[in-house]
Amino acid sequence: MADRIHVGTRKGLFELVRREGAWEVVDAQFLGDPVSAVLAADDAVYAALDLGHFGAKLWRRDRAGTWSELAAPMFPTKPEDGEDDPHPWSLGKIWVFEPGGVAGRLWAGTMPGGLFRSDDGGESWSLNETLWRMPERRKWNGVAGGEQPGIGSVLVDPRNPRDIRIGVSTAGVWATTDEGASWKLINHGMYAEYMPPELREDPISQDVHRLSRCAAHPEVVWCQHHNGVFRSEDGGANWREVSAIRPAKFGFAVAAHPTDPKTAWFVPAIKDERRIPVDGKVVVARTRDGGRSFEVLTKGLPQRHAYDLVWRHALDVDASGERLAFGSTSGGLWISEDGGDSWTMPEARLPPIAAVRFALG
Amino acid sequence: MPTISFTSALKRFLPAPIVTVEAPTVGDAFNAVFASRSTLRGYVLDDQGALRRHVIVYVNGEPVNDRVGLTDPVGPRDEIHVFQALSGG
Repeated sequence: MADRIHVGTRKGLFELVRREGAWEVVDAQFLGDPVSAVLAADDAVYAALDLGHFGAKLWRRDRAGTWSELAAPMFPTKPEDGEDDPHPWSLGKIWVFEPGGVAGRLWAGTMPGGLFRSDDGGESWSLNETLWRMPERRKWNGVAGGEQPGIGSVLVDPRNPRDIRIGVSTAGVWATTDEGASWKLINHGMYAEYMPPELREDPISQDVHRLSRCAAHPEVVWCQHHNGVFRSEDGGANWREVSAIRPAKFGFAVAAHPTDPKTAWFVPAIKDERRIPVDGKVVVARTRDGGRSFEVLTKGLPQRHAYDLVWRHALDVDASGERLAFGSTSGGLWISEDGGDSWTMPEARLPPIAAVRFALG
Repeated sequence: MPTISFTSALKRFLPAPIVTVEAPTVGDAFNAVFASRSTLRGYVLDDQGALRRHVIVYVNGEPVNDRVGLTDPVGPRDEIHVFQALSGG
């Protein structure tokens, strides 16, 4: 089981370690600066900063524990005929890091919708030009009405690192089976009831808040969508709505159980224009039967006047499926060691949380 | 030769000392600095080489006109200051 958690917040990166059964904050880095993504893998820790004035930055902690700044992913020169491109050709922020399944390889999903790859442990990055230069990319919509779409999920098939699915807010689910040389929009069955009728089921109009796949059964993928919860049993191509989710179908985060394809966790909220927990109660919704039914888990979570929202990268499960952690916009951080049955809060009042991640391996 | 100084807010992230360069424009002055300080470039300019939206550059106390092409001329005694644009409370 993972004994280390990294938490990216509005005001720094925090590291928690489990010691004698209790979790404690052992390190704080980048105090005062927004951390938008974090990954601990292969003895390194990667942190993305989202500096208000000075742009998106990339830092890495090496095996010896030393942090250093690396060159951040960068967009190529905008072509002269690109004036009508609705998206900026400049890195907005790094939203998610994922290991690539090959030594040294990392993927970074970003705003304004560029997917970047590194093959040298983050030292250098290249934009996936095929995806970025597709004419359809101009139809991608921005996050929260902004000008920048975001790649918030990168699913690398554990059996085949050339097979990748990405989830985009807002542009559906895209797949490559040739390591990014070609891409297809693959999602069918999702719908967005807030869209005009002719776009309601349009695959590219689907706001995929977050995807999570069962590592042992990668064909099973769960989605927390702007409009509800969906589940796929064919790697993200065909989706069925999971209408049993409660107490609400809106939310951002989802975590799939690493080995049980029928178990997943969500943190629902009142939809959209309010974005707060139902009745001021922070709860986790867990299904163990493929989405037919849900348990609403509350033990150890605040049940009175709690207005915490949990962003898409702020819920994680470790490789055992027993340890979970999630963090909120109010700086709440809760950890479970029994699959979500009960939760404890470490001794810390953290800044608003964007990303919670167990250390891998 | 014009001098360039950078906001002290950058000190938390990387060294950005005052430098004197030989350059006819603001852009050329930046290029001369960033040639030996490549990481600093990304703090001041975006991926297309324009000034970041929340960075402001003054020449002798006047904000530069060309934030995209950085073509504002600079003379030998000019002082270029790079600041973050103030916002928030």
